[in-house]
Amino acid sequence: MFRKLHEPTQTVTIHIGDVAVTAEAGETLAAVLLRQAEPWARVSPVSGAPRAPFCMMGVCFECLAEIEGLGAVQACLVQVSEGMRVRRLAERRELAQEVGS
Amino acid sequence: MGAQSSIADVIVIGAGTVGAAIAYGLARKGLRVTVLDGPDTDFRAARANFGLVWVQGKGQGKQQPMPAYQALSRRSSDLWPGFNAELTDLVGHDLGYERNGGLAFCLGEAELATRRAALQRLHNALGGDADWEMLDRPALEKLLPRIRLGPDVTGASFGRSDGHVNPLRLLAALHEALLRLGGALHAGHAVRKITGGSGGVRVETDAGCHAAARLVIAAGLGSAELARQVDLTIPLRPQRGQILVTERFAPFLPLPASGVRQTREGTVMIGATQEEVGFDTSTTVAAAAKLSARALRIVPALKSARIVRHWAGLRVMTPDSYPVYAQSTTRPGAFVALCHSGVTLAALHATVIADAVAAGSLPASLAMFHQGRFDVPQAA
Amino acid sequence: MSRELDGELGIDLIILGAGPAGMAAAVAARKLGLSVTVIDEQPTPGGQIWRAVDTIAATPHADILGVEYRKGAAAADAFRASGAVYEAGAQLWQIEPGSTSGFRAFVTRDGKAWTVTARAVLLATGAQERPVPFPGWTLPGVLTVGAAQILLKSARQIPAKPVVIAGCGPLPLLYATQLIAAGGQIAGFLDTSPPGRLGRALPHLTRALAKASDLWKGLGWMQTLRREGVPVIRHVAAIEALGNGRVERVYHRTHGGAEAMIAAETVFVHEGIVPNVHVAMSLGCAMAWKESQDCYVPVLDEFGETSLPGAFIAGDGAGIAGATAAGLRGEIAAIGIAAKLGALDAAEAAAKALPRRRQLERELALRPLLDAMFRPRAQVFAPADDTIVCRCEEVTAGTIRAQVKLGRPGPNQVKAFTRAGMGPCQGRQCGYTVTRVLAAAEGRPAAEVGFYRVRPPLKPVTLGELASLDTQRSLI
Repeated sequence: MFRKLHEPTQTVTIHIGDVAVTAEAGETLAAVLLRQAEPWARVSPVSGAPRAPFCMMGVCFECLAEIEGLGAVQACLVQVSEGMRVRRLAERRELAQEVGS
Repeated sequence: MGAQSSIADVIVIGAGTVGAAIAYGLARKGLRVTVLDGPDTDFRAARANFGLVWVQGKGQGKQQPMPAYQALSRRSSDLWPGFNAELTDLVGHDLGYERNGGLAFCLGEAELATRRAALQRLHNALGGDADWEMLDRPALEKLLPRIRLGPDVTGASFGRSDGHVNPLRLLAALHEALLRLGGALHAGHAVRKITGGSGGVRVETDAGCHAAARLVIAAGLGSAELARQVDLTIPLRPQRGQILVTERFAPFLPLPASGVRQTREGTVMIGATQEEVGFDTSTTVAAAAKLSARALRIVPALKSARIVRHWAGLRVMTPDSYPVYAQSTTRPGAFVALCHSGVTLAALHATVIADAVAAGSLPASLAMFHQGRFDVPQAA
Repeated sequence: MSRELDGELGIDLIILGAGPAGMAAAVAARKLGLSVTVIDEQPTPGGQIWRAVDTIAATPHADILGVEYRKGAAAADAFRASGAVYEAGAQLWQIEPGSTSGFRAFVTRDGKAWTVTARAVLLATGAQERPVPFPGWTLPGVLTVGAAQILLKSARQIPAKPVVIAGCGPLPLLYATQLIAAGGQIAGFLDTSPPGRLGRALPHLTRALAKASDLWKGLGWMQTLRREGVPVIRHVAAIEALGNGRVERVYHRTHGGAEAMIAAETVFVHEGIVPNVHVAMSLGCAMAWKESQDCYVPVLDEFGETSLPGAFIAGDGAGIAGATAAGLRGEIAAIGIAAKLGALDAAEAAAKALPRRRQLERELALRPLLDAMFRPRAQVFAPADDTIVCRCEEVTAGTIRAQVKLGRPGPNQVKAFTRAGMGPCQGRQCGYTVTRVLAAAEGRPAAEVGFYRVRPPLKPVTLGELASLDTQRSLI
């Protein structure tokens, strides 16, 4: 859906689901998502329809993804970092029952 | 005066959960009903409700136990399935009602003991079959296989008659049903004056006059002023309750609890506070923090759950916290109905109360809910 | 310098937002001796118009973005050198007034919540694009023009295939020329300005001539498009995005009835911008409906103070006026805040503000013309029944309209009964549409219908973050 104008010199590797993706250091996760074959971040919990970033500035909440285990984070406000683990949000999040500290 | 005027069998002032349920019940009996509602910005307790259809513990009271209120709640709860079925049939969509029992979680041994004692006391006063039981932690864990409970949870009381519903869908359905049955609903018609008319009452609003043989004042916190106009003195005060709601989750909590319940949509509601702050519907982070802390002691995994919305409503509180059902002596066609459990009592309101209004008098079984009980001087 | 506030050490001023207004206010407030903390949900300063200016302005990429963009670099430098505490990547989710005075702000970052208390607060949260519902607008591939521009600025990325751009106002034109300069392709430029618009704008022309150079700039952009052979369709009245799970083609129809379909996998839309008033509304600041701009603006005094003492607003959040005006308003607000906190007397404040007010007046000269020229077409506020209006909860315009038979409900009753406005965005994308749909269906003005009650949290916060605050003494 989107492409970069340049070959980034400083890159990081992130994981979207099981797929390793090369991204530019410091760009937003939403920008990375929009370059993937599946540009969507989540599906609507009402209808199951895929939703992709829309406003890129934090006022639409379409780009909600699970980032480093934390659910429903706005991907347009998060800069990618080396090794970041991202999961697209399924219809309704499972409340993981392991107890953290 | 105002351009609009109408004549009906009954005027109901207030289109909240109490007013709408009574109006629906009256319309079902074939009476012509006009409901008058205030502006969008009124306090609207009906829009802030948690959604429990609850029996356990009702009537235990902080200062004054009232077993009759437990019996009233139980009666309404037993009427609810039929009420739900008819309403759902009429409007053609679901209210999210479930009656599979409910829980009150206890943290620590003391809470468990206190809870047991309170429910036992209530039961002793009423007699009959117990529709509740105490669950220790192992029994509770069996009931909730998808949750790892926090270490402080010692158990819970389980009420068989308890359930929950989507309170907003209930309200919307009552409005819809009222209209389908030929009732009228006028929003933005705040009532200014109640007087006697020929054969009944006359009500003046900002937008017109209405006349009817009977009147029901079900205007929540606005009822005190209106009741005064029919010579009923009802002490009322607001009590603030704050509620949090989370993002949607796949189902993990199959039963509602008094402080936490998961809705059909998957969101989790957490509440509620009981604050004496006057007519203030603002929310506070302090309350959100307290509610969150307690919720995490029950279900620690909610730590990562995001709060999407936080709101506050004002409960319609009488001095002893129990409902008022009363009839004016100077204007016998005028009734008052108010409570802070409009959802639980909705079934009762649509049947027993509506019947009473139609018949022109409240039954003896509701005599203890008369507001005259507040006039009784307390023994020193 | 710190001050006692409710028995807790606080600062003089919290600024929310680090765009042109926030940055200018921070610099000015620091010069006047105030202690300042800036809370910014973006990772670097610049707001939206100068997004990522820190890293981009010095590079050749900035040539694509134009000279206005480079101005942001100087502003960001001054801001970083000002001595204001800069909390980047931090989301504010609630502001509460202190028990006697001042404010407490609740902030979250990386799963941790904390509070900042201050004697005054300045909201510089800028603007957002006006939500424009149309069939298919929730499909992946539909973005705002602002979003496309952010992607160009901060990620240096453009649509991989020819894109459809649909809208009205300077921004779609500006982006289109930037896209062409970057080597992108445009499948169609759909100008949604209705016929006769220029005629309505002419009365404002004389005042606008004070800023004539900006007008010429706009005309130049249109010529660029034509030169590049971009298909330009004027007076587009309706658009639809169609496709299976993503945009595959875009339908459009003009006022005259001419219809066509364009194959495209991305479509960028824009119908003007509106002030971001969410935080102001949550604080209960008085708002006024501005008919000529089809939006709410906060009620402010000449220094930008709201109806809530100690709470100020500057920048596009005070009313759409552009980056230069935002910077001036930020400076004026800082002066007003300093006076309020006793760092300046009234005469000094008036004297400092005066030259800035004069400059601001010149900046604002073009506004009425732009407002009239680029007023969104009526269809923006009257979506068809089956169009989704609330994206989060997928509530259609028809569902909203059906509520009207139950009396004359306000937006809060409609929210309660339909779930519109209850999703994650909490009404940011549907509030205006719901208000306008109700107004039309009920035959009363939008100003009378009102807006959703905005409740916290202003950004989602976890139960864990909230619970962690329960142990902090300062909240008791």
